[in-house]
Amino acid sequence: MLKIENLNKSFDGVKALNDFSCVVHENEIVGLIGPNGAGKSTLFNVITGFIESDRGKIEFNGNVITKYPSHKIIKLGISRTFQDLRLIKQMPVLDNILLCFNHQQNEQIQNIIFRPKSISKVEQDNKQKALDLLRYAGIEDKANDLAGTLSYGQQKLLSIICCLAADSKLLLLDEPIAGINPEMRDKILTIISELPLKGKSVILIEHDMDFIMRICNRLIFMDTGTKVSEGIPEEVRNDPKVIEAYLE
Amino acid sequence: MEYILHILILIGIYTILSVSLNLLVGYTGILSIAHAAFYGVGAYVAALMALKLQTPFLLNLFLAIIASGIFGALVGIPSLRLRDDYFVIATFAFQIITFSILNNLVDFTGGPLGLPGIPQPNIFGFEITTHIEFLILVLILAGITFWISNRIVKSPFGRLLKAIREDEVFVRASGRNVSSAKIKVFVIGASLASIAGVIYATYITYIDPTSFTIMESIFIISIVIIGGSANLKGSIVGAAVLIALPELLRFIGLPNSIAANIRQILYGALLVIFMLWRPQGFLGEYKFNK
Repeated sequence: MLKIENLNKSFDGVKALNDFSCVVHENEIVGLIGPNGAGKSTLFNVITGFIESDRGKIEFNGNVITKYPSHKIIKLGISRTFQDLRLIKQMPVLDNILLCFNHQQNEQIQNIIFRPKSISKVEQDNKQKALDLLRYAGIEDKANDLAGTLSYGQQKLLSIICCLAADSKLLLLDEPIAGINPEMRDKILTIISELPLKGKSVILIEHDMDFIMRICNRLIFMDTGTKVSEGIPEEVRNDPKVIEAYLE
Repeated sequence: MEYILHILILIGIYTILSVSLNLLVGYTGILSIAHAAFYGVGAYVAALMALKLQTPFLLNLFLAIIASGIFGALVGIPSLRLRDDYFVIATFAFQIITFSILNNLVDFTGGPLGLPGIPQPNIFGFEITTHIEFLILVLILAGITFWISNRIVKSPFGRLLKAIREDEVFVRASGRNVSSAKIKVFVIGASLASIAGVIYATYITYIDPTSFTIMESIFIISIVIIGGSANLKGSIVGAAVLIALPELLRFIGLPNSIAANIRQILYGALLVIFMLWRPQGFLGEYKFNK
């Protein structure tokens, strides 16, 4: 479903992505691992159009999205979270989720002025869906709290719920469990592992090898912008090149 | 009595200006200092139409709104790509350009001499001439402006605007076109500001470029900040306070020449005091100095 060919991106001469290619299939969880500065987050930024690539091609479900603006890419069905956790902290949890739904006709000005009834209907439906998602994640009691008042783990969980609200086919999760407690970690692990059953694929950046081994169908190890090793998790973990790179 | 009505009419005009600017500054977090320019576009379009083509008031009002909206798009589309401070500078430039054009296109706008003798509104045969009639007209138009603005900020689009103010990156990641939303709200703000210009021109029956300078823009921003960013009722309170307060100076017996200068000091001092101790203004929810 996602095909990346020879992607290149450099920042002031430093190559963040160097001829990077990979493929993600339907209903699979791909783990993306590698040392800091290997280009993992840059790859997410390039796929979602936050950074423009220098060279290369990204294809998603038959669309060449390399030059698309990010809002167009995201509407096609790619959602992402950020390593530095982004939410609208001054708004209620529910509003954060509502901002992520893909049905945007209720944000059209002509509808707001002339068809308020149709808007409030869509809004009600979305609210219901948002509450269902919160219930699924087990934080429905926080719906009306400001997002900034949630614990760090709950905020990470909320950022994943926001991705679910968009109902994307492909989720790019940047360190979804870094720095959170084991209980929340298991909750997030369950949510992510159920995604392929709902017809979704995931690319996951994570440093926690135990978590990666339990959840991923396939691993890609990257370093200095290139793919060093790829395969089933056991293979990649025992690849001498990977061991060498981590020990360096 | 006429004096009080005059003050109320001014409060109405400035309510339109501050409510429409609050959509940009308070809700979306884009600081435009070109609001007086759009106010001026409205005033000049309506005045020129009425003087040169003798067209009716409602048509002039409509055309002023459209013209100001088009200017809003022309300014907004290139400048909203710029970030924060650079956007402020771009709107500053537009403000200066508008003033220069009004001041120098003498054949068309009368230049510094302005446009005298603007006809008063005639709505379907009903002449609006007295203060009380103007007050009713202002209240109706301010009411419509408030209603539209309120509907926008309470809608999902308003939620989107506030989210843009707080974190653009999050909004981009949720698949929204941030620049298109900003341009839309900028055009709406510009269009609504022109309504105030139309009323002002037909009420005073004389306009010149000095009514639409950068100082005027800053005055409208002060109303928004002191009344409360991201609170539309705050903008009404702000307009009432900032218009009525200097009038009180007259009653403590200051001569007009001193009162005018004290006014400027008062506005400046109030702005500093609010920025330091109450950045959310009287009623606002969004702290402006954040």
